[in-house]
Parts: sequence; structure tokens; C-alpha cells
Amino acid sequence: MTQSLNRIAAMTARYYYILRSSSLRLLEIIYWPAMQMLVWGFLYTYLYDSKSAMASTAGLLLGAVLLWDVLFRGQLGFTFTFLEEIWSRNLANLMMSPLQPFELAASLMLMSLIRLVIGTLPVMLLTFVLFGFNVFAMGPGLIVFFLNLVLTSWAIGLVVAGLVIRQGFGAESLAYSIMIVLLPLCCVYYPVAALPLWLHPVAWSLTPTYVFEGMRAVLLDGTFRTDLMIECLALNAVYLGMGFTTFVALLQSARHKGGLLTMGE
Amino acid sequence: MSRIERFLPRRHLTPVSANTTPAQDNASVRLDTEDAPAIAVERLCKQYRTHWAVDDVNFIVPKGWTVGLLGGNGAGKTTTIAMIMGLVVPSFGRAMVLGHDMATERHKVLSRMNFESPYVALPGRLTVRQNLMVFGRLYGVANLKARIEELIEDFELGDVLDRVTGRLSAGQKTRVAVAKALINDPEVLLLDEPTASLDPDRAAWVRSRLRAYQKRRGATVLLSSHNMTEVEQLCDFVVIMSHGRVVAMGRPGELAERFKCRDLDEVFIYLARVA
Repeated sequence: MTQSLNRIAAMTARYYYILRSSSLRLLEIIYWPAMQMLVWGFLYTYLYDSKSAMASTAGLLLGAVLLWDVLFRGQLGFTFTFLEEIWSRNLANLMMSPLQPFELAASLMLMSLIRLVIGTLPVMLLTFVLFGFNVFAMGPGLIVFFLNLVLTSWAIGLVVAGLVIRQGFGAESLAYSIMIVLLPLCCVYYPVAALPLWLHPVAWSLTPTYVFEGMRAVLLDGTFRTDLMIECLALNAVYLGMGFTTFVALLQSARHKGGLLTMGE
Repeated sequence: MSRIERFLPRRHLTPVSANTTPAQDNASVRLDTEDAPAIAVERLCKQYRTHWAVDDVNFIVPKGWTVGLLGGNGAGKTTTIAMIMGLVVPSFGRAMVLGHDMATERHKVLSRMNFESPYVALPGRLTVRQNLMVFGRLYGVANLKARIEELIEDFELGDVLDRVTGRLSAGQKTRVAVAKALINDPEVLLLDEPTASLDPDRAAWVRSRLRAYQKRRGATVLLSSHNMTEVEQLCDFVVIMSHGRVVAMGRPGELAERFKCRDLDEVFIYLARVA
């Protein structure tokens, strides 16, 4: 157990060194969420000031943007940290070391969390300072939303990392594109009711749907939907297990295919 | 006969021959115990689609030996080494290290071995010190700081220690990679062309360090190289591969004698052309 924690700490230190080595990288983590928030923030201000019917739901927009970013950046943080191993041709060194797949996954999760805090916390503060929207007004529910979205982002990150190991650079673009598939289905900006009936089961099979529905319940009705969050956590536990199993299976498949040694060339 | 064996070509079922040295005969040695040889490769095959990259390879490396794995480009050396490391799963046969099957039990033995290969790089954005620290912790090295100090001294890394690894010269990178390969004081060391990018002077220097390590530790070394002088200087025994198969084995001097050649270089060229 101690050895295992030591290896996770070693890998986290390795990723932290990379992050620390370049201020541009650090800036990049904040840059995209900040730019996105500015665009949506000005729209929020416009809607809020217009006194139109939309004004009352303007806050939903910003809340949704912020939480979507948690999901998107969480997955990017996980996958990009992993891709670093491929780009630096270091994967075989790791696979030849006593590092176990779950230890690698744990360190990637930790790093995704660190990148997420660096990227989203300043943006949340910026949103409050510039647009007066306080995301923390969602109360302790925000922590549950955050947790659920992060768990989902890790499950997806594990599958993408496995696919990159199995398929090589051909699967790299999935790191950017996979989340976009979820965007229309997990009802970020509109309720599930807005989808055609036949898509409802699909939407409810996706964990972010529960979070965004939960967020709307908090912001519109002031109620925290515990039932939704428990279902979401349970579903996330299943997805995370499936994600890790897929990661290990794809890693094993890559060992059969024989590409681990030359990966990144 | 197992199900797999029924689908294999007949040549895969031929018994392992015990010809030139006892180190070759897997059949008489228990491979799955702590007293097992450091490395045992038994009927090892790797098929990629229709191509057999490694085809019925057998050899044993006793503890404390340095064995050279030779062959031209595409001979199957790197695939063989990758299977010994457990990075590639054999299509048939098995590769054992210190009594453990590397396809299924690699995690039991990985902390006791290490490797260096030109196909693999150390993280370029980390400094040399950071890389050694990270890998030392991954291997669970006790007294890591002291071990790193030893390696700094042995490989004269003091002047590059706080430099970013990716910006070092090829020779400096090789020294760092070899230092990383020795960080856990491995019992089994796999080296894939360890001096390929070095000038003759530096190559001789690295060889001397490797020889000193092997002697001090009593380590087992499997070395792949195209440099026959290097192989003659370092290796007790040589396995020569061609087209995925072993075409000759023996001590370097014996091989030259057997093939009526002046040195291993000539043996290599002769076998490459004949095979």
C-alpha cells in the first residue's frame, strides 16, 4: 500500500514538474475557460438587462457554462496529462516499471483535479467580479455537482487513454472531440423535456444530465434534488469501473498487438 | 498436444536442442522457481498478422551472465527483448525472468529488473535530477538520494543534473538513460543498443561502467547491439538471430572458430548473408 502511494506520488510529482516548467502551459489552462466565460458572461449581462422573459433564466446559462467546463476540462486534463507520456516516448519506461495501471490512473485523476482547480477557480471568481454571478450560491450542492462531473470526466478520460494506447496517434483527436458528442444529449442548456421522447432514455443514461437537471432545480426552484444526485453517483461508480476495465483491456490488447515499445515514434 | 499447438506449424513443435552450451537447454531446467535462470526463453513466437517476427526462439541466460542478442535489422531482437520485458505478449511460448512468466506475472519481478532502449526516451521537459527522482520512487529505491549521488558520480552527471533532459546532447542523454536503468540496482538488465549514439571514446567509457556494474552486482545482462567489438568485450555468450529465428549460439571466440572467421564481425556478416 505504501509502495503504491509512493508510486502515485512519484507520477503526480512528474506531472507537476511539467506543469511548473512552463508558465505558458499554466496560462493555457486558464485562458480557454476565461475566454469562454467572457463571451457567455456578456450574453448573460445583455439578457439580464433586457428585462425580457429570458432575463430570469440568464443565470442558468452561466451556471451551465461553468459546470460544462468542469466536465470538459476534467476530461482534457486527464487525457492530455496521459498524452504527455506518448509525446515524450516515455510510456514503455512506465510500463516496464513496477507502476500498476490503477496507480497510473490515480495519478492522472489527481492531476486532472489539480488542473481543474487551477483552470476553473479563477474563472468562477472572474464571473462573480465581472458579472455578479456567484456560482457558490448553489450551496453545498455545487460540491456534489462538481464531484459527479469530475467522476464522469475521469471515466471518459480512461477510455480515451486506453484507445490511444491501443490505436496510437489515430485516436488522439478523440481527446478533443469525444465530449462534443455528449453536449446535445446531456441537456446542458435545456431540460430533458426539450428532447424528443425517444432520446430521453439516452439522456438519462448520461450522468451529466442528472447534474444539469439538478443545477436547474437549484437555480429555478431553490431545491436540491438528492434523488438525482444519488442516482448520478451510482451511475458514475458503474461508469468509472467500466472505464478502468476498458483501459486495462485496451492496454492488454496493445501488449498483444506489440505497439507499446515504439509508441510515440 | 494443446489446442494452440495443433494450429502451429510443425517446426514449432520440434524439441529444444541442447547443442553448444548447457545454457541453451530449457528442457532440463525448472524455469518457474527462484533458482530458475535469470532469463529463460522457451519456444518463443510472435506473429503479426501473417508474419512471424519471432519464430521458435529458445535460450537461457544463467544468473550473472552477460549475453549478446545479435542480428541484422528486422531479425526479431527488439521483439524478443520486448517479450522478455513483458511489453509484448508472445503468440506462443513464454519468456521467463527470475522464474516469472512475463506475460502473466510481470509485476512480481519488474522492481528487480530495468532496461534501456533507443526506442524509449526519458521525459524531455524534466531535469535529469527530477527524472532520476521520479524513476527512483517508481522503483521504490531505498535511500534514493544516496543512490542518485552514486549514479551522478559513476556517470559524471554533476554538470547536467539540473538541466532539462530534452536539451542534452545524444551522448549525455544516453548516460542519463543508463543511469536510470541502474537506479534500482537491477538483478536483470536489458540493454538495446546502449552505445548506438555515442562516439567511440564515450562508448568505451559507458561499456566500462556497465562492466563494472555487472561485476559489482553480479547482474545478468541481455544486450542487443550491432557493435561486434562491444559484444566481444562485454558478452560471455552470444545468440545470433535472423528472420525471427536463432541461427547460431556460442561464446564469441567459439563462434568465430566454428564458422572459420577471424572475429565476430565476420561471423555476423557471414550469417546475415547465408541466412
